[in-house]
Amino acid sequence: MNSNAALELRNVTKHFGSVVANKNVDLTVRKGEILSILGENGSGKTTLMNMIAGIYYPDDGQIFIDGKEVVIRSPKDAYRYHIGMIHQHFKLVDIFSAAENIVLGLEEKGSFNLKKATERVREISAKYGFEIDPEKKIYQMSVSEKQTVEIIKVLYRGADILILDEPTAVLTPQETQKLFSVLRKMRDDGKAIIIITHKLHEVLALSDRVTVLRKGEYIDTVITAETNEAQLTEMMVGKKITLDIDRSEPKNPQDRLFVKDICCVSRDGVKLLDNVSFTARSGEILGIAGIAGSGQRELLEAIAGLQHLSSGEITYIDPESGSEEDLRDKTPLQIRDMGVRLSFVPEDRLGMGLVGNMDIIENMMLRSYQKGKSMFLERKKPKTLAESIINQLEVVTPNATTPVRRLSGGNVQKVLVGREIASAPTVLMAAYPVRGLDINSSYTIYNLLNQQKENGVAVIFVGEDLDVLLELCDRILVLGGGKVTGIEDARTTTKEAIGLLMTKTDGGDET
Amino acid sequence: MLASIALFLQRAVVQGIPLLFGSTGEIITEKSGNLNLGIPGIMYVGGISGVIGAFFYERSTATPNAFLSILIPFLAALAGSALMALIYSFLTITLRANQNVTGLALTIFGEGIGNFFGGSLANLFGEGGSIAMTATSNLFRKALPFAEKLGNIGTVFFSYGFLAYLAILIALLTAWYFNHTRSGLHLRAVGESPATADAAGINVTKYKYMATCIGGAIAGLGGLYYIMDYTNGVWTNGGFGDRGWLAIALVIFALWKPNIGILGSILFGGLYVIYLFIPGLDRSSQELFKMLPYVVTILVLVLTSIRKKREYQPPESLGLSYFREER
Repeated sequence: MNSNAALELRNVTKHFGSVVANKNVDLTVRKGEILSILGENGSGKTTLMNMIAGIYYPDDGQIFIDGKEVVIRSPKDAYRYHIGMIHQHFKLVDIFSAAENIVLGLEEKGSFNLKKATERVREISAKYGFEIDPEKKIYQMSVSEKQTVEIIKVLYRGADILILDEPTAVLTPQETQKLFSVLRKMRDDGKAIIIITHKLHEVLALSDRVTVLRKGEYIDTVITAETNEAQLTEMMVGKKITLDIDRSEPKNPQDRLFVKDICCVSRDGVKLLDNVSFTARSGEILGIAGIAGSGQRELLEAIAGLQHLSSGEITYIDPESGSEEDLRDKTPLQIRDMGVRLSFVPEDRLGMGLVGNMDIIENMMLRSYQKGKSMFLERKKPKTLAESIINQLEVVTPNATTPVRRLSGGNVQKVLVGREIASAPTVLMAAYPVRGLDINSSYTIYNLLNQQKENGVAVIFVGEDLDVLLELCDRILVLGGGKVTGIEDARTTTKEAIGLLMTKTDGGDET
Repeated sequence: MLASIALFLQRAVVQGIPLLFGSTGEIITEKSGNLNLGIPGIMYVGGISGVIGAFFYERSTATPNAFLSILIPFLAALAGSALMALIYSFLTITLRANQNVTGLALTIFGEGIGNFFGGSLANLFGEGGSIAMTATSNLFRKALPFAEKLGNIGTVFFSYGFLAYLAILIALLTAWYFNHTRSGLHLRAVGESPATADAAGINVTKYKYMATCIGGAIAGLGGLYYIMDYTNGVWTNGGFGDRGWLAIALVIFALWKPNIGILGSILFGGLYVIYLFIPGLDRSSQELFKMLPYVVTILVLVLTSIRKKREYQPPESLGLSYFREER
C-alpha cells in the first residue's frame, strides 16, 4: 500500500435493486494530487463518490483512510474523516450570508460568534485565493460564487480530501480557470482532490492521474502525463456492441426543418446553445448525442417554441405546399398544429406531457380538448384512440380508465409516444424515450420511431446510449457544451469518433 | 386633548398586546416553515384554559394566594395552547397533512372547545351565566404603583399589567434569538430550506416541533391577556372576535420580524379602536374603521411584492411539508 495514500477503495460494490451501480471498484487518491474520475453518463461516478461522502453505504468492499479501514455511514462520519464533497446541486440557504451558510449546522464550542467565523472565512479565502465576500447574501451571488461558498464550507470543516462532482458544468470558461488555479493551490497545500468530469481537455489540463469507469466498472487508472485523448476516449466508451436494430435506408429524404445559428443564454449568463445549425430531413432519424446537459433539452424546446432564443432562425418547410414558415413567430400551440411534435421525455416522465392522476383517455384529451365544438367534452374519439394505443403498443394496463401514474415507466412512455404519433406528425422529437425501460419495451419504441421514419416523418432522437444511436439513426449530431461539435453519418462513423466529439467542448482558453 | 391622546395610546397598547403575543408566536412557528393558521383557535384555547385554571383555583380556596392565582392560569394557558400546537405539529410534521387545512380545522376546533367549556363553566357558575374572574383579573391587571402619579406619561407607559411588558420582552428576546444565536440560525435555516438544514446535520423535525409548540404557547398568552386584562376577567363566548386573524395579518405587516411586530401591534391596536375616538360615527362607519388593520396589511403585501426584496419575503419553505427524498 502506498504510504501517502489519503483514501483507498477496494472492491467497492453498490446495487440499486437489480441495477449494479458500481462493481468491484478500486481507487486510490494520494495526498497532494488531483485525481480525475472519467466516465460517461451512468457510469457510476457520482454513486461512487456518494459512498465516500456518506450518502450511500456500499454493499461490499472496504474504504481506507490514511491506511486504516473506516466505516462511513453519514455525511457527519465523512466530515470526521476530513472528507468533504461539493455536490452539483448546491445546498445553501438563499437569504443567509456566505458566512452564515458556512457555519450552519456546526456545533462549535463556545458562544455563537459570527464575526469570528467571518474572520476565519477570510483567512481561508486568502490562503487559497478565493474571491468572496463572507457577508454577501447567497441570492445575490453568481453560480461560481455559490460554488466557492460550498468549497469554503468544506474547508472550514477541516476537509483534507475534497470531492467535486462536475464542478465546471455550471461555470463559464473564465470561472473554470479560476477554479482550477484554486484547486492547484489546494493540491500544493497537500490536500487530496477528486474531481468528477467528462470533459477530456479538463482532465488533461488539471489532473495528475485519471481513473476511468464504464457502466459501473473500474477500467483502469493512468497517469495523465502518459496518456492522450484518444486512449482515454477508448477507455471511456469501450468496444462497440451490436444490437440488431432494424434500419432502413431513408426513402426520398426532403428537407423539413432548418435550424440556423440558434443561441440561448441561461439566467446566469451561461450559453446553453451556441450557434447551433442543422437540417432535419423527412424519412430520416437524426440522432442527437452529447453528455447530459449539453443543450439537448434547450434545442428541442426551442424547436417546439418553449424556449426563448437570443438569436438564430428555425424554418419549417410544409410538406404539402412547400412553403417556408418561421417557427420563431409561432406559439407552441401553432407549432404543434403544424405537425411538429415534441414527445419530450425528461427526467421525470410525468412532468411534461402527461398528467399522472388522469386516466389514459383523459390524457389523450389533453391534446384534443380545444377541437370540440360544444362546451361538453367529447370522449368517444379519445377513447377509441386510447384503446388502439393500448392494443397496438401492447400497453400493460387494466383498462383505459386507469390513472397513468399507476402504470410502469415503459407503459407510460408508450402512452406518451403513442399519443404524439397518433396525430400524424411531420416532425417527431423524442428525448431519452427509452430511459429506464427494459429491453423489450425499448425495442417497441425503436420500432415505433422506425415506422414513423418510413412514413416520411423527420424524427429527431435524443439518446444517451451510443450503441443505440449508431444503429438506429441515419445521421448523428453531437452537442458539446451547447455547440455542434460534429454531424456524422451513423453508418460509417465509429463509437470513438462520437465519444471524442462529445467530450470536445473546447471550453476555456479561446473565449 | 393631551389626556385623550394619552388615553388613545393606552387603549391602542391594550388592544395591541394580544396581537403581539399572537404574532410573535406565529413568527416563531413560521420561521420553522410551518404556516399555522390555527393561531386564532390556539389563542382562544389559551384564553379558556386560563379561565378554567383561575376558576378552579378561585373555587378551591377561600384565601387565594396572589402568586398562585397568577401562576395557575398562566401555566394553564401555556399548557392548553401548547397542546393545540402539538396537535398541529403531529398532523403536519409527522403525518405531513396539508398545513392550511390543518390550521383552519384547528381554528374551528379551538373555538368549539372554548365555547364548550365557556358554556359548561357558565352552568357551574350559575348567577345568570356570565363568568367573571374578578379577583384573579385584578392581580393580572396590577399596574406599577407610581403610574397614576405620573399623569399622562404614567398612562401611556406604566399603566399595564405585567403580561403587557412580558409580551414586549418576549418579542425583543425572539428577535435577538433569531439573529444572535446558533440555534436561531438553525431554526431560520429549517424554515428557509429544510433540505439544506438536514444536510448540515440539523434535526429538522425537532426544530419544527419545538418552534410550533413554543410559538403556540406564546400565542396562547395573548388569549390569556385578553381575558384577564382587557375584559377584566369576564369570559363571553365569541368575545375574542377576529383578533387571532389580526395577529396573523400582523406577522405579514411585521415582515416576520418580532421587533417590528411590537410597533405594528400598537398601530393595529390603535386602528382597531380609533373609531371610539372619532366623534359622530354611526354604526356602519365604525365597521369601516375596524377594517383599517387589514387594509394596512394589504398595502404592506402590495409594497413588499413590488419591491421584491428577499429579506421581506416569508420563509421560503413556508407551508411545505418536508420529507427527505428517497435516494
